Amino acid sequence: MRRAYFRNNWIAALVVAPQLLIIFVFFYWPTSQALYWAFTFEQPWGGGNEWAGFENFRNLLTDDRYWHSIRVSIVYAAGATVLSMSAALILAVFADRQLRGYRAYRIGAIWPYAVAAPAVGLAFRFIFNPSAGVMSYVNEAFPGFWDPILNGDHALIMVMIAGAWKQVAYNFIFFLAGLQAIPRSLIEAGAMDGASILRRMRDIQLPLLAPTFFFVLVININDSFTDSFGIVDTMTAGGPARATNLMVYKIYVDGFRGLDYSGAAAQSIILMLLVIALTVVQFRYIERRVHYT
Amino acid sequence: MTQTDLPLVAAETPRNLSARKPRRPGLVENTPGLDIATHVILLLGMFMLLFPMYLVFNAATQTLQEVNAIPSRLTPGDQLWTNIQEAWVTRDFGQKFLNSLIVAVGVVTGKVVIACITAFGIVFFDHRLRMPIFWAVFITLMLPLEVRIVPTYAVAANALMPFQAILDSTGLSWLINTVSGIEVNLEWRMLNSYTGLILPLIATATGTFLYRQFFLTIPDELVEAAKMDGAGPLRFLWEILVPLSRTNIAALATIMFVFSWNQYLWPLLIITDPSYGVVAVELGKLVPDANTTGGDIPKWNIAMAGTLIVTIPPIIVVVFMQRWFVRGLINTDK
Repeated sequence: MRRAYFRNNWIAALVVAPQLLIIFVFFYWPTSQALYWAFTFEQPWGGGNEWAGFENFRNLLTDDRYWHSIRVSIVYAAGATVLSMSAALILAVFADRQLRGYRAYRIGAIWPYAVAAPAVGLAFRFIFNPSAGVMSYVNEAFPGFWDPILNGDHALIMVMIAGAWKQVAYNFIFFLAGLQAIPRSLIEAGAMDGASILRRMRDIQLPLLAPTFFFVLVININDSFTDSFGIVDTMTAGGPARATNLMVYKIYVDGFRGLDYSGAAAQSIILMLLVIALTVVQFRYIERRVHYT
Repeated sequence: MTQTDLPLVAAETPRNLSARKPRRPGLVENTPGLDIATHVILLLGMFMLLFPMYLVFNAATQTLQEVNAIPSRLTPGDQLWTNIQEAWVTRDFGQKFLNSLIVAVGVVTGKVVIACITAFGIVFFDHRLRMPIFWAVFITLMLPLEVRIVPTYAVAANALMPFQAILDSTGLSWLINTVSGIEVNLEWRMLNSYTGLILPLIATATGTFLYRQFFLTIPDELVEAAKMDGAGPLRFLWEILVPLSRTNIAALATIMFVFSWNQYLWPLLIITDPSYGVVAVELGKLVPDANTTGGDIPKWNIAMAGTLIVTIPPIIVVVFMQRWFVRGLINTDK
């Protein structure tokens, strides 16, 4: 623990004040507003509200559309997470062998992180367009095989692939770092015992990667709940027939298009609880990781 | 904890990840079959990641007829420059690029400075609020913009609203009104302004955490030596801590540039005046569907040219600042 301090607490107050002010205005105030709105009937253009108790939540939880949105979000989270994590894990494990071209492979797996969500959305919207781009070949051969504009399942798959593509780079970076933090001596010991490269991957590297894996899993699920807005908005705008209406997108639509502030706030609270639960899980893991290293 | 040497990186970055030379295995193993399989798998992965971008590039080089032909051609045409020019001019990308750059510089500078001074205030001063302040900042990590979007938008419409509400509910407004006759009406509209684009994004839990972790490794002796030499806290911050944090600054700045350049939801909401528009939002408006084309043939070639020009700056930053970028990402855990 530190023993040497500066004594001038006025300066301390001065340097922490800007951040505290900003988080008060843009984090804590809006969050408490969301709580307040969730328990009142809020008028879109101000002017009066009345206490609602759990009415807003009751309305939500009896609304089939909301349950549909939850289902779609879970399917999206599961699909995108499994796709991107497995792709990133395979790439990282093999890139970590550091054969010729290692640096090129590494760059090749990292750069997609820089691509903005709307750019990913727009690019994949073009690629999966049934009547232009690559899918036009498939549809030419099998008419009606692929149509995300009308078919909700196709649209969800398309959004999922775009989301997964965007996330591969992030996962790759963490998996590679996790693999390289494994002590070299363990792998060499395995080799001396006659374990082949694949055997060492399976029995030494993958088990030791478990903490990283878990951390990345939580981040991915979390991101797929909150960060999917840009992709959905540019690819499908929640359609067709709400097939890709993820929870975060529904908040936006209900709040800003439908001007249903109370409903949107109640949805925000539910999503917030979800994110907090996931973050708590993540913190418990971070504590564990300290003991690992 | 006292250390004699100063580690330049806060947390444990695996050194090999950013090392210049690949770590050659100490073992000599001759596995030509597996080596070939490794390359095949990696090349396949590269293909999956690069091919979508190639298709974007490909479409951006074709004419309107070529891009909409069924099936469309997979080899580039010669219209790249024309398409980029058309996207640039029709969507006013010059102004949008300037705006995105202003916002990125503002957000990056803001985050780096605010993270540094907050961490300074909670590490090098002995006051009871150290941990509460740290947690107050850290908890914001759990409240991503997306989940509190509607009320945050309401705040941007009047950033002083929280204070007004506090004055009103505590009866202070009434008091001021009766005593001085002034009606308290605080208003600061942030919609359609650079301030609105930048200020709400400046708070940073991860950045503060990164700096705090680093500052905790600064030995007490350094603080004592500075005090003995008569340096005050601000001088210590500016002449010792800031130069020592260069690595942190580079790492944080790289990630935050990409973060800020790619912001979509927030500018989409608070900017309605096109002269404050940013590139990411403009991309969303390039979507060539029935609503925007009015039944015309979708201009995919222009949309893809736009995607290309918006995507290139952050890619350049990530590729050339790869070392800092990876380090920052891992140390902040996002």
